[in-house]
Amino acid sequence: MAALLKKIGGLPVLALVLLAVYPFAPVLDWGLEAATGQALHIDRQLVNIFIFSLLALALNLQVGQAGLLQLGIAAFFAIGAFTTGVLTVEKYPFQIGFWGALLVAPLAGALGGFLLGAPTLRLRGDYLAIVTLGFGEVMRIVLLNLENITDGPRGLNPVPPPWLPTPIRDGLSTNVFGAVAGDASVGTLRAMYFLALIVLAATVVCLNLLEKSRIGRAFVALREDELAASCMGIEPARIKLAAFTGGAALAGLAGCFYATNLTTTAEPNTYDFNYSIMVLCCLIIGGLGSLRGALLGAGLLLGFDNVISPLLTRLLQTALGGESTHVMASFSNWRWIVFGTALVVMMRLRPEGLWPSSRVAEELHETQEESA
Amino acid sequence: MLDTVLQQLLIGLTNGMVFALVALGYTMVYGILEFINFAHGDVFMLSAFVALTLCGALGLTEQSSAGALIGGLLLCIAASSVFGGLLNLAIDRVVYKPLRKAPKLAPLVSAIGVSFILQNVGLFWGGMSMKVFGGGGQAAAPKAFPNLLPATNLLGATSHVTLQPKDVLVIGASLFVMVGLYGIVQFTKLGKAMRATAQDPSAARLMGIDVDQVVAATFLIGGALAGFASVIYSLYINTVHYQMGYQNGLYAFTAAVVGGIGNIPGAVLGGLLLGLVRAFSDQFIGAQWQPAVLFGILIVILVFRPAGLLGSTAREKV
Repeated sequence: MAALLKKIGGLPVLALVLLAVYPFAPVLDWGLEAATGQALHIDRQLVNIFIFSLLALALNLQVGQAGLLQLGIAAFFAIGAFTTGVLTVEKYPFQIGFWGALLVAPLAGALGGFLLGAPTLRLRGDYLAIVTLGFGEVMRIVLLNLENITDGPRGLNPVPPPWLPTPIRDGLSTNVFGAVAGDASVGTLRAMYFLALIVLAATVVCLNLLEKSRIGRAFVALREDELAASCMGIEPARIKLAAFTGGAALAGLAGCFYATNLTTTAEPNTYDFNYSIMVLCCLIIGGLGSLRGALLGAGLLLGFDNVISPLLTRLLQTALGGESTHVMASFSNWRWIVFGTALVVMMRLRPEGLWPSSRVAEELHETQEESA
Repeated sequence: MLDTVLQQLLIGLTNGMVFALVALGYTMVYGILEFINFAHGDVFMLSAFVALTLCGALGLTEQSSAGALIGGLLLCIAASSVFGGLLNLAIDRVVYKPLRKAPKLAPLVSAIGVSFILQNVGLFWGGMSMKVFGGGGQAAAPKAFPNLLPATNLLGATSHVTLQPKDVLVIGASLFVMVGLYGIVQFTKLGKAMRATAQDPSAARLMGIDVDQVVAATFLIGGALAGFASVIYSLYINTVHYQMGYQNGLYAFTAAVVGGIGNIPGAVLGGLLLGLVRAFSDQFIGAQWQPAVLFGILIVILVFRPAGLLGSTAREKV
């Protein structure tokens, strides 16, 4: 056990332990609340970050590992969310609950990925980008217009919380410092927190193993040089399809968590092109092809949106003296300038991302030296 | 029924002309750099804001005198074209040029970044405290573009098919610009250099062609076409919105791909085709399905004929 711990490295384990304890003793929340007088609910943000990280890892499998530039990850996320919606809401007779949906949503995502990938993956890089972009838009429009099934712009709701045995549920609603048992919303939040954390940790472990496996190495080989890889006996079509389908399945899983956490599938317009680009943005900031980079990127991006941006807006409003309704006075309206600039600057100065995998960083610097 | 078909043909043709103009910018850049300039649609959008601002500054409305309207219109077209061209050129210089030798993903991602920045600029621009923009609180709302041309039916008031002066303007002006572009590409030294660079940049460089200058000229011309298109589009649709570049840009890009990306006549053909498909699908399938229909066509074309209708099937260089 100790040897295994050493092998995976101390940092991930430490992070996992801290995250596992945090909801019961949200010290950071208390501190910030004492300092700013406003509750930030970091545990709630963390659930969102976990779910978004799953999505980022899904895209990383496709873009980062296998080098398939895909601009429509939101479509598979939506497939997962709406599959969960259809299978669990009261409107339909299925009502298989969260646990059933957790199994079906990735399958639905994988099916979507397979059906799109099979005919299109032989297209070259930028054409594939456009096809996936188009697919994302088609999916959004279809979900929006099939009102009989998806309830159109209203989305399907309420998506029920996961069923848990009563002792666990009661245990989750208790604080270490004093009991608050009986508050169902705290219990549900923590249930989602731990479920997402467990699934995320398991995904990271699996992806880590995958990276070192035969098929994972095939992904990298294809990304680096398709011709050379196929000369070595790697079948590009099959390997690409595997990466694409796998990523789509993971995105479907993330969609299931998303809908359950929000208790609604949200309106189809949520899953638009910009959403796909946000996920790509995470990867690029964190480091394409790097698992830790994807996690860092997801944390930074959601942290910016949900913590830093409201904070800056408040500062801006105070500086302007009161409630300014001008579009520039709300920092959330600066969001696309911030992300756009981040993309441009990263590409120019640090194309390997903030926390790249050592392999990608090496490769990138190799090509730079060659071209210099 | 015949009237409906004729009317939709006309609508499709005018829309298609605008798509074609924007598609030309995509296709020319792609032909030379093999790079999808995602920000092109947003150059189109910001150029429309320039025209709208100018209209507001000059106080042009439907009630202005004919001379003022014609003068103002020409000024808008000139200003927007120059703005679009220079903006596109500046973006290339600052953002894309340093990445010429980087992996292909780098300029593509940068272009997406630029597109976001420009959209955000458009949002803020829409918050300007000018009458045509509706004040700072209404930044995200669509802006009305003054209808500078009389809304009379040229076919007579009793006709069921409507042909307005603005339709004639869109089709006529676009044709004029396209013929001009064809002339430049086919008969001038610059055009020859552009074609040579598109075929093989390193061979062109060996022949003494200043490739950097050709690329700069391409961005300039492409941006100017987008700026020109933005004015006639705004006149035609009568609204300006900070997200208009995103959707129209994607449609125009689809048009370029349908025609065979990198192929200049192909972009025009693709634009017209897409405009017609859009008009007929709006009429017979429903406008809410419009993006699904158009992107569905894009996917089908890319899967079955990736080189487009007029493109040659070139093998990817290894």
